[in-house]
Amino acid sequence: MSVIDHNTIEFSPRISEAGVADYMALLKPRVMSLVVFTALVGLVIAPGHVHPVLAFTSILCIAVGAGASGALNMWYESDIDALMSRTANRPIPRGRITRPEALAFGMTLAFFAVMTLGILVNWFAGALLAFTIFFYVVVYTIALKRWTAQNIVIGGAAGALPPVVAWAAATGSLSVEPILLSLIIFFWTPPHFWALALFRSDDYARAGVPMLPVVAGPDATRLQILLYTLVLVAVAIAPWPLGYFDAIYGVTSSILGVAMLVLAIEVYRRRERGEALRATRKLFAFSIFYLFALFATLLIEVVARAVAPSIW
Amino acid sequence: MADKREPDGIVLTEAQKRSRRQRSIAIALALGVLAVLFFAVTLVKGPAVLVRPM
Repeated sequence: MSVIDHNTIEFSPRISEAGVADYMALLKPRVMSLVVFTALVGLVIAPGHVHPVLAFTSILCIAVGAGASGALNMWYESDIDALMSRTANRPIPRGRITRPEALAFGMTLAFFAVMTLGILVNWFAGALLAFTIFFYVVVYTIALKRWTAQNIVIGGAAGALPPVVAWAAATGSLSVEPILLSLIIFFWTPPHFWALALFRSDDYARAGVPMLPVVAGPDATRLQILLYTLVLVAVAIAPWPLGYFDAIYGVTSSILGVAMLVLAIEVYRRRERGEALRATRKLFAFSIFYLFALFATLLIEVVARAVAPSIW
Repeated sequence: MADKREPDGIVLTEAQKRSRRQRSIAIALALGVLAVLFFAVTLVKGPAVLVRPM
C-alpha cells in the first residue's frame, strides 16, 4: 500500500465557461478604440501612398497589439482590480477567466500582432509595436504602477506610440509629425488620468496604488493637472506655427486648448467637495473629446486636401 | 444489446460545452482571417513580398 491513498484525492479540474465576450473584455475595447483612431491618423497623415490592404493590416496589428497589452495588464493587476469598484467586474476578478488563461491569451496575441506586422508590413514597425507592448506591460504595469506616483507620466509613453507605429508602418521610417502626435498624447495622459484618479482616489488608496491624489493629496494633484494642461495646450498648438499642420488644425487646437485650460483652472479653483467633483468629472470627460477632436481635425484636413486640392 | 455505460472522466455541463464551442469558432475565424490576410498581402506585394525592409 502506498503512503498516499490515491482514491481519497479528488481532482476537480477547473473547466472554463468563459465566452468570447469575456475574452473581448480582456482586450480593453475602449482603450483599443482610441489606439486604433490615433494610429489611423498617424497612418493617414504619412506621406506617400499605402495600399489599403497594408493599411488595414497595420491598423489590425496595432489594435491586436493594444488588446494584448490590455490582457497582459489585467493578468498582472487582477489582485488590485478585485479591490477597485471600477475594475472589479473585469473577467479575472469575476472568476470568468483565470490568470494563466489571460497570460496565455495576451502573449499569443502579442506574438501574432508583432510577427504579422513585421512579416507583412515592415520590421521597423513590428519592432516599435513590440517595444510599445513591452513598455506598457513591463515598464508601466509591472515596474512603475505600484511604485511611483509618476507611474502614468512615464507609462503614458506607451499610449503615445500608436501613431508612431502607424507612421513607421506606412513609411518604414520616422519623422517629426508622428513624434508631435505622440507628444500630444504623452502630455494629455497625466491630466486625463489624474482627473480620473481624483474622483477614484478611494479606490486607488484601497488597492495601494500610489496615484498622485493618494500620495500627494488632491490639491497637489490639481496643481499638477493645471501645469500639465498648460504644457499640453502649448504642445498641441505648436505644430501649426511650426508649419507641420494647417490652419484648420491650428484654429481648432487653439479653441479646444482654451476650453481645456478653462476646465483645468476650474478643477484647480474648486475645492468644495460637490463642486470639485463636478469640475473634475467635466475635465475628465472633455479631455477624451479634446484628444478625439484634435486627431479628427487632422483626419479632416487630409481628406479635404485629397477631395479639393485646389483650395489648399 | 445497447451498451449504455456512463462516460469515464470529466463530463462537461451544457454551459461549458456551449462556451467551448464559442471559443473554438472564434479561434477558427481568427485563423481564417490570418490566412486571408497573408494571401491578400501576397497578392498585393507580388514578388516584393520577399523584400523585408528594416
